[in-house]
Amino acid sequence: MNGLTDKTALNPGAARVTLDHDLLEVAMGPHHPSTHGVFRMNLVLDGETVVRLKPVFGYLHRNHEKIGESNNYLGSIPYTDRLDYICSMTNNWAYVLSVEKLAGISVPERAEYIRVIVAELTRLFNHTCQVGFLLQDMGALGTPLMYAFREREKILDLFESLSGARMMHNYMRFGGCRCDFPAGWVERARSVVAHYPTFLDQFEALLSGNEILKVRTQKVGVLPAALAINAGITGPMLRASGVNYDIRKVDKYGVYDRFDFSVPMGEHGDVYDRYMMRILEMRETLKILNQAISTLPEGPILDPKAKLRNLRPKAGEAYGRIEAPKGELGFYLISDGGPNPYRYRIRPPSLINLTILEDMCLGHTVADVVVILGSVDIVLGEVDR
Amino acid sequence: MQTLEQLKVRLETAVPGARIEIVPNGSPANQPSLLIDREHGRAVAKFLRDDSDLRFDYASNATGVDWPEKTIKEKIKTRKIVDGVEKEVEEVVEKKTAAYLEAVYHLYSMALGHGPLVIRLRTENRSDKVTLPSLTPIWRSCEFQEREIFDLFGIVFEGHGDLRRILMWDEFTDHPMRKDYVDPDDYEYEPTPHDRVLERARLHYPPEATA
Repeated sequence: MNGLTDKTALNPGAARVTLDHDLLEVAMGPHHPSTHGVFRMNLVLDGETVVRLKPVFGYLHRNHEKIGESNNYLGSIPYTDRLDYICSMTNNWAYVLSVEKLAGISVPERAEYIRVIVAELTRLFNHTCQVGFLLQDMGALGTPLMYAFREREKILDLFESLSGARMMHNYMRFGGCRCDFPAGWVERARSVVAHYPTFLDQFEALLSGNEILKVRTQKVGVLPAALAINAGITGPMLRASGVNYDIRKVDKYGVYDRFDFSVPMGEHGDVYDRYMMRILEMRETLKILNQAISTLPEGPILDPKAKLRNLRPKAGEAYGRIEAPKGELGFYLISDGGPNPYRYRIRPPSLINLTILEDMCLGHTVADVVVILGSVDIVLGEVDR
Repeated sequence: MQTLEQLKVRLETAVPGARIEIVPNGSPANQPSLLIDREHGRAVAKFLRDDSDLRFDYASNATGVDWPEKTIKEKIKTRKIVDGVEKEVEEVVEKKTAAYLEAVYHLYSMALGHGPLVIRLRTENRSDKVTLPSLTPIWRSCEFQEREIFDLFGIVFEGHGDLRRILMWDEFTDHPMRKDYVDPDDYEYEPTPHDRVLERARLHYPPEATA
């Protein structure tokens, strides 16, 4: 026996314990600050590496669909505001679009333009905030998020003067919109849109080339295109994986076929591409806004034949969908001829985009899980409904 | 894209034994759907995804619908001999519709840019243990949505792999989206008790307690 290499020589009674690794199960959330609300992930960790991940939902579940079945058609519009509470305008639009399909209601031209303007403004501040949140998750506490919120506030001021509420707008109606732009609104919107590219340039100068951001995001959470399609991923996340699918181009709902804009696409499908996708989409959104504001037609904002109260569509069903900032937001409505829908279903992009969360996180560290989740862009009001 | 009739014939030749029915849609949306029998549901779905003309690679929306038994009154005109004279008589016939749960899928093609194609699968009845083939092996996007249907409607999807409750808690036993669901008697949490709630409070306690 060599007394120099045998480590138990001094203490022969000590058990030989190997420092073998053990798996650890951790519940991350529901009140973890990076889960954007009440969302839990059950992680199985090998050291710091994620071996398994199971998302747990339902903390905010209030059975919105059941509430929708007991409300009449008009009464559900304010409820849709509370789904994805950041993007109330687009939620309104998806719902009224489905009811218009179900009941065969037409929309006047000016109302279509107003819808495009408010929806694109919503996309603008959703993406700005999303980038801010992502950076916050990455450890850039405060600054980027505060810059984002400063810009968001300008758009919320516009929405407040239009609808009376900062966030819960309850603005659209079947066959149009609730009220027209107040005096001077278009000029104010134009100045916000005109200022935005300067802000984006500053934001990008601060972030896009930042070395920490690149190291934390490039080659992290890679999502291949084939899996993204099969798993029903939509919105900027899908396009970051290099799939050209934008419902504004595919369905051409509203008046989107009148505007000249392109669909940016990523190459690698990692977190950095998803970040870049939002920046590039904001620039395209500004193009649409400039065109829509300068060609805004005069005319009525509500179809005079559209029936708001006591709407009873013929028995049948319809599925309507729009390109919401987070992906495909769809409403599936079945009417049995009564005053309230027989079935009221929401296709939530936030929930379905989480399908591949485990696939993206496996093999990465816990710190990367936070970043990957941040790049998905979820709102729990919509995930849990 | 072919018409729905052509598609039906094609599917029936491609998947031997499949019984497919076109379900009309009365709304101006013009989205009729294909009703596929339970046994061949997954084979038909696989064909829809893989066929080079169809390529429905993207299942956007999957959801359940509850159709409890309903009585429909129909007026039927028949000729009858009344008091020796043949007359046309209107009779009201009561019919009962079948009760079933339904899973509805909205399919699109990202590769070819067409859609939606609506397909439906129906269960045998509305009991607690009703099964449908899961389409999650064909489209991953159905994974959470089928869990949601299982949770809220109580359809058991065979071949899903991870069928657990998703929105309600695990210990919950009922299926809240069914039309005959009765919510639990938790009127105590009602912030402003009113007529209906007070009535439930009265029924909640035995009579001697409230007297």
